[in-house]
Amino acid sequence: MTSLAPVVRVRDLRKSYGSVDAVSGVSFDIHAGETFALLGPNGAGKSTTIEVLEGYRDRTSGEVSVLGVDPRRGGLGWKARLGIVLQSAAESGNVTVTEQLTHFAGFYQNPRRVGEVIEAVGLQSKAKTRIGKLSGGQRRRVDVALGIIGRPELLFLDEPTTGFDPEARHQFWDLVRRLKAEGTTILLTTHYLDEAAQLGDRAGVINEGRLIDIGAIDEIGGAEARVPLVRWRDEAGVLREARSHEPARIVAGLVASLGREPGDLEIIRPSLEDVYLGLVRGARPDPENSRETEVRA
Amino acid sequence: MSTAGTATTPARGSLGRILRLGATRVGYETRVYFRTPDSVFFTFLFPFIMLGIFTAAFGAAGNIGTAPDGSGGISVGAYYLPGMLAAGMLLSGVQNLSVDIAGEKSDGTLKRLGGTPLSPLSYFMGKIGQVLVTGILQAGLLLLVARFLLDIELPSEPEKWLTFAWVFLFGVITCAFLGIALSALPRSGKSATAVVIPIVLVLQFISGVYLQFYVLPEWMQNIASLFPLKWMAQGMRAVFLPEGFASLEPSGSFDLPLVALNLAVWLGVGLVLSRLTFRWIRRDS
Repeated sequence: MTSLAPVVRVRDLRKSYGSVDAVSGVSFDIHAGETFALLGPNGAGKSTTIEVLEGYRDRTSGEVSVLGVDPRRGGLGWKARLGIVLQSAAESGNVTVTEQLTHFAGFYQNPRRVGEVIEAVGLQSKAKTRIGKLSGGQRRRVDVALGIIGRPELLFLDEPTTGFDPEARHQFWDLVRRLKAEGTTILLTTHYLDEAAQLGDRAGVINEGRLIDIGAIDEIGGAEARVPLVRWRDEAGVLREARSHEPARIVAGLVASLGREPGDLEIIRPSLEDVYLGLVRGARPDPENSRETEVRA
Repeated sequence: MSTAGTATTPARGSLGRILRLGATRVGYETRVYFRTPDSVFFTFLFPFIMLGIFTAAFGAAGNIGTAPDGSGGISVGAYYLPGMLAAGMLLSGVQNLSVDIAGEKSDGTLKRLGGTPLSPLSYFMGKIGQVLVTGILQAGLLLLVARFLLDIELPSEPEKWLTFAWVFLFGVITCAFLGIALSALPRSGKSATAVVIPIVLVLQFISGVYLQFYVLPEWMQNIASLFPLKWMAQGMRAVFLPEGFASLEPSGSFDLPLVALNLAVWLGVGLVLSRLTFRWIRRDS
């Protein structure tokens, strides 16, 4: 078998609507067992990209292979190996959670057990409730359950935790980690950067239809984007910032020169969110060591 | 069976699998239908309500089709029964499926199904099967209501019931495909009833369901003759009205071969349009 071939291979993907390019030249691979996070602001082209991979949309040009198949020609046997959690679904829901999952399980050769999946998404107490009577977050969990019932090799999660409360989100993270441990390859889009940091092995950042960065989740944006930031208020009451690989040295210097504790002192290690915002704003943090900047308070 | 490679996964749904999933879809669709109050009221119960209203409103005015010597007439309920059976077929097929599928298109149901290994053929089997099941229940209940509540005498000749069987099955299946085809017309699920109900309502008025067909002007009869409802109602009149009523038909006969011909043409139209217009999702390029 071609086990070394990537599960998803995208080369120079373009999708235009008339003269507008929704996606213009995106390339990436996702390897077996990997969780890949596709990040980007609304309208950046994330959902268009994911829907091309799912076979819902045709592409204008470029090469796409998903589980070794061109999604344009993906048949029922191909779909049986995918799990798709769409961005939004608003079905009328006149069936119960158990009925819906049992029905969908019947579409697949080797589905997971319905009871296990209901438990995995934490809906045991709602198993006999009609889907239409569930809250938005609970319905979202049904969407996730329907996406994994068929024991997919590749799972698409398009903003899966929108509307989840914090506890539900943590339960969902545990579920994704279990799926990952079973070897499921996952393509995740999310607006929650902590979610991407928790779950992703690698991430791609897409903005205005282009992939502006791609890499391991703790390396994305480059090492310089992760340089710690020291922030304090000087004698004149002006808020100041400095980036340094040696923040303690800066603080020590400040204490020595001021002869007292600096006001409003903070040492910040940029989170994925900070790095991401830096990327999509096109303003990478200055890599120069220990350069001070004045910040308007 | 393992999913180790593409070799073990079926390249396309085998016929047995398509049929098996189609059968489970029938059960699922029928259950959902009866849990949706709108569809039950406007497509299942509507003929019962109309039959009740006509019987109550016009029952006192005396029988229909009575000869000048006072013989040969039938009750208002008996006269309207064939039309209500035909209307039930139209509503269960065309109105029900077109509104239902247009709704599924816009609420994401079809998109979700399109991402699963469910064959569109199984999906269609589910829809057609649901229409058959609910249509048969509806017709059966209408006949029971007619016989036992309205005291209408039903035919006893087996050949009449044979006619009933083919007109009903042929008509219901034709209506189901026309419903699938018509579901492509509304731009959204919300506008579906606004698009579909006027079409269905006008057809019922000009096809001899609410108004006696023989009193309509000829041009209206001619327009109605293009569409299947007129022929389904006529086929049902051939079953449930006494032979003498044939003289009230425009041609002086129930013309069963023409009923079959019209339904065959519309079944073909429905099949072709369904095949051409149905998509799991709206194509964007």
